[in-house]
Amino acid sequence: MTEILSIEHLNVALKKVPSRLLVKDSSFKLSAGRTTCIVGESGSGKSLTALTIMGLLSNQLVASGHVYFNGVDLTTLDNKAMRKIRGAQIGMIFQEPMTSLNPVLTVGFQIGEVLTAHKGLKGDALKSKISALLTQVGIPAERANSYPDELSGGQRQRVMVAMSIACEPALLIADEPTTALDVTVQAQILTLLDELKSRMKMAMLFITHDFGVVSDIADDVIVMFKGEIVEAGSKRQVLENPQHPYTKALLDCVPDVEGKKVLKPIDYAWLKTDEVPA
Amino acid sequence: MQDASIILEAHHLVKQYKQRSGGLGYKQTTINALDDVSIALKKGSTLAVVGESGSGKSTLARCLLQLHPFDSGEVLFQGQSLSKLDSKSLRQARKNLQMVFQDPFASLNPRMRVGDIVAEGLLVHGLGNANERLQKVQQMLERVGLHADDVKKYPHQFSGGQRQRIGIARALVLEPEVVVCDEPVSALDVSVQAQILLLLKTLQKEMKLSYIFITHDLRVVRHIADEMVVMNKGKIVEQGDVSSIYQSPKETYTKELLKAIPGQKLVGL
Repeated sequence: MTEILSIEHLNVALKKVPSRLLVKDSSFKLSAGRTTCIVGESGSGKSLTALTIMGLLSNQLVASGHVYFNGVDLTTLDNKAMRKIRGAQIGMIFQEPMTSLNPVLTVGFQIGEVLTAHKGLKGDALKSKISALLTQVGIPAERANSYPDELSGGQRQRVMVAMSIACEPALLIADEPTTALDVTVQAQILTLLDELKSRMKMAMLFITHDFGVVSDIADDVIVMFKGEIVEAGSKRQVLENPQHPYTKALLDCVPDVEGKKVLKPIDYAWLKTDEVPA
Repeated sequence: MQDASIILEAHHLVKQYKQRSGGLGYKQTTINALDDVSIALKKGSTLAVVGESGSGKSTLARCLLQLHPFDSGEVLFQGQSLSKLDSKSLRQARKNLQMVFQDPFASLNPRMRVGDIVAEGLLVHGLGNANERLQKVQQMLERVGLHADDVKKYPHQFSGGQRQRIGIARALVLEPEVVVCDEPVSALDVSVQAQILLLLKTLQKEMKLSYIFITHDLRVVRHIADEMVVMNKGKIVEQGDVSSIYQSPKETYTKELLKAIPGQKLVGL
């Protein structure tokens, strides 16, 4: 298995309050052809981790530590070098497909932008590549001339997927890509992403708060709590035999399909005093 | 003819929206938001309304509470038709019909103190004097797991889950019979979702409430509801007892919905 991304001792803090760490000493590795899910509640630092990898942190925040992507430390690159990697070697999909697409440009044009910027494609070559990408994500090629508002939520997210894989990235970062979608559409998008990952041998970093989604798509799972990785391991290990009390508590909150489980809210007071590493 | 245990029912509700569609706005398409929808809520029980976006489930909630006019059909609360009431009697009936909204960030006025937000219903219905109202509000806040001193705070001082508790306190302070919950846990983290679901269940027992629970999450339905209706494109495609629908769904659409629930492959989840 080829290692694509390796994060070492990543810290993210507010510039004004450097002692207040939003991501604390987090380290993990991603390999080609595997999906790693980061799970956590809001404020756990899962999205910040993704933004740091892409070099898109707000200028109010500072990161320290190393992000090695194919052997290159991304934290040492300047904006210009980073722009060449972002969108080409690292693809991104965000939660809200309507806000991430430009409403006044056709979806074909928006997919084309990526290809022109990174691959220099023009004219007919560009057109046929756009058609091929749309077909690949399950949208009829003639929809290239449609505007985002003419598409359904699921189709918009498929367009986002097409954009993110346009340059055949080695790493795909998906930040809650199905949270805003209906369950049936969510199931379709998850299947699509899983197929693409296997076919293109990408490493996928999938951020979610839904354990159901985790169990469908993940190979490995990272659980974050208040900026720290509290548990990491294979899907089976983490979901069936969780070691950390926070993981156990979080799993106890997830309603099951049979409705047999007694839901137990997390007792944070207990977690804080006893079990969370300082 | 009336079943005494039915507290709220809707007969043959129809609601159409007209939408301008192309032709410089001269063409119209009609959308059937509710197409002959009938439901019945038993006293003290929870009826879940399940469907995807655009299925008409929120329109149904609003029509039940007479917040939206509907084209035809009727809504009966304790056997009395709500559409026949004048505005004054309707306002009185609304004391018994309350709503909890989806987005706890959008549904609380950021410029009002929590005490005033929760007390507003009491004020509108002219219940009690200032002191009694304050007492009632404080008791209600404690009942939903907040503190009596929270009356002085503003919504932004609370987390999402706490805000949803404020929304619940606002609905319940009037001691209603029926509460319509429109996706009350969809915007919350799973851990907070579990807290709010348990709170709603406890309050239902203590206050003998009947819930209409609108949601798209079938895992939540299983945990909170006794009966359910499945909606698709404005129509009810299937309705009945929750456990029997989960065990043997009859309609293709229901089967598809159940199949799409994430996380069924792994045992224990």
